[in-house]
Amino acid sequence: MPAVKLPKWATQSVSRRHEKLIQAALFLCAALSVLTTAAIILVLLTNAVYAPGAKTAFFERVSLWEFLTGTHWKPVDGESGRFGILPLLCGTIMVAVIASVVSVPAGLGAAIYMSEYAASREREFLKPLLEILAGIPSVVFGFFALKFITPWILKPVLGLFGVNLQIFNTLSAGIVVGIMVTPLIASLSEDVIRSVPRSLREAAYALGSTRFDVSVRIVVPAALSGILAAFLLAFSRAVGETMAVTIAGGQQAIATLNPLQGAQTMTGFMVHASTGDSSADSISRMSIYAVGIALFAITLTINIISGWILRRYREVYQ
Amino acid sequence: MNIPMTTSEPRYVARSVSFYSGADRSIRRRLFLSRVFAGACRFVTYGSLIVLVVLLTAIVWSSLDRLSPDFVYSTNSSDPDKAGMLAGLWGSFWLVLFTALFSVPIGVGSAVYLEEIARDSFAVRVIKTNLSNLAGVPSIVYGILGYTVFRSAAAVLKVWFDGQHAFNVMGLFRLRLIKLPIYEDNILVGALTLTLVVMPTVIAAAQEALRSVPGSIRMASLALGATRWQTIWRQVIPAALPGISTGVILSTSRAIGEAAPLIMLGALTITTMVPGNIDSPLKLITRPTQVLQAPLDQFTAMPIEIYDWSRQTDSQFTAVAASGIMVLLVVLLAINAVALIVRHYASRRLKW
Repeated sequence: MPAVKLPKWATQSVSRRHEKLIQAALFLCAALSVLTTAAIILVLLTNAVYAPGAKTAFFERVSLWEFLTGTHWKPVDGESGRFGILPLLCGTIMVAVIASVVSVPAGLGAAIYMSEYAASREREFLKPLLEILAGIPSVVFGFFALKFITPWILKPVLGLFGVNLQIFNTLSAGIVVGIMVTPLIASLSEDVIRSVPRSLREAAYALGSTRFDVSVRIVVPAALSGILAAFLLAFSRAVGETMAVTIAGGQQAIATLNPLQGAQTMTGFMVHASTGDSSADSISRMSIYAVGIALFAITLTINIISGWILRRYREVYQ
Repeated sequence: MNIPMTTSEPRYVARSVSFYSGADRSIRRRLFLSRVFAGACRFVTYGSLIVLVVLLTAIVWSSLDRLSPDFVYSTNSSDPDKAGMLAGLWGSFWLVLFTALFSVPIGVGSAVYLEEIARDSFAVRVIKTNLSNLAGVPSIVYGILGYTVFRSAAAVLKVWFDGQHAFNVMGLFRLRLIKLPIYEDNILVGALTLTLVVMPTVIAAAQEALRSVPGSIRMASLALGATRWQTIWRQVIPAALPGISTGVILSTSRAIGEAAPLIMLGALTITTMVPGNIDSPLKLITRPTQVLQAPLDQFTAMPIEIYDWSRQTDSQFTAVAASGIMVLLVVLLAINAVALIVRHYASRRLKW
């Protein structure tokens, strides 16, 4: 032992010090994600709620009440601008609801089929198939809705009933968004369904249940929290879905609940507004941040609820 | 959890108890219901296959009018017979290149930290919760962030490097920076934004690959006196490399299909300009100065061009958009094939 007590860093070998340095660098990488979230919130707040400096934030010009309850969305500069988010919200909710109507039965049915019915070889064929469907870009689905589903499927079918369909309509947008989120629901639900223990199924079979009884009365209730969480996640994905609804849903912000008409969604408006050439400080440009904060708040809330359900109501089996 | 599965219901055999005819009917009804349910489940599952086939057929069918070799050799045009995808192809190439350069080290680094180093502390819990929430943020929100932060930063640099601007350094002398043509909506701004979009999936993919490395490998290495980092660098990462590379390639390739954040940045929609004027792979070698210029140049990308063609009212552009989609899907398919090949060859060496 030396008489002089050296500081800790000097007694450590070089490799130990490097070790600490590398670990710190890796920690910084991981911490970058927290910085991203902070930056998103900061950017949205400083442009929508309170802007430091010369800029005026959106809610300093338009009251929160007017934004939340107004039924007209006309994002232009000057006197005639109207900033009520309800029309955009209508469009978004309509797309997400139609998408759920399509994707919940399809996704859940696929999950039940893959875990309860399909042989393992069939599963190995079906799973990549759903992954391929999930990997197709959003613009492709937009094109498919606008150029195929609307003119070649919906128009002839609805025409039989004498219903008139517009070229841009929320129905086709909702259907393709439903197709897009089906793989998500299927794979998440399948995971929870497969984690239901085999003993429960066997007990039910021993009591004389049919496969239908086992699937619907045993497995699905046992996995219900996970299925609900998957559904909520898919709903929030549908709310944030952008290119497909922008292409197929049209650019008119009208407060309507008629899926045969076109209606702009929140995301659709943001795309439309950023392709326009308004100056950076104008209220029409600032309205992007206000809609953005609404979109961020809605999706984040749904995701948090989904995670909470998953943790709170998870059935733990031995 | 695999119950021996046959897709058909077992035949009802209890015919001999015929005097319970009421019960018999009820059982028959239940079995019938069960078969109907099985059929419905199979129908919706194979429905996705049908949708996929219909989608691809519709796109191939509508692309027939335009898809030809010169579609990928020519740039955009207002004439549907001449419009091509060269600018978008090169834009997407540069974007995904830089997105990978940014996202792979940071993403794999984060995954290594979270899986190998982190203990269960408050900070780590915050990071993990935050990552799962970030994965659910719509990509267009990242576009807002990119527009406000990265694009504004590029706008400042643009002024600094315009060849006119001079800094007064502490009142002593004036410093004039070299002239560089920087655009506000350049490739790097787009790639940084896409990095944020794909980061949560890249981290999750790398984490999953690291998790599949058996713990005994780590313990053996530590027991032989290796430090934690030596264990990670020489044992865990090589063992996880096939999984990491496949997962990372697949999640980074998602950036190719993303249009929304790039449109938010104000990326060009209608342009004939190829970044750095490099319009053939050969020029990557023969024109080094242009290669350096490309990351700071304006761009468009494949999905942006498809979006623009899809909304044209002229119906002839339908074929152009479908051709664009064909090129995009072929590129995605090629990348997926590369990922599978990487996994195949890299995992051959590994045996435990």
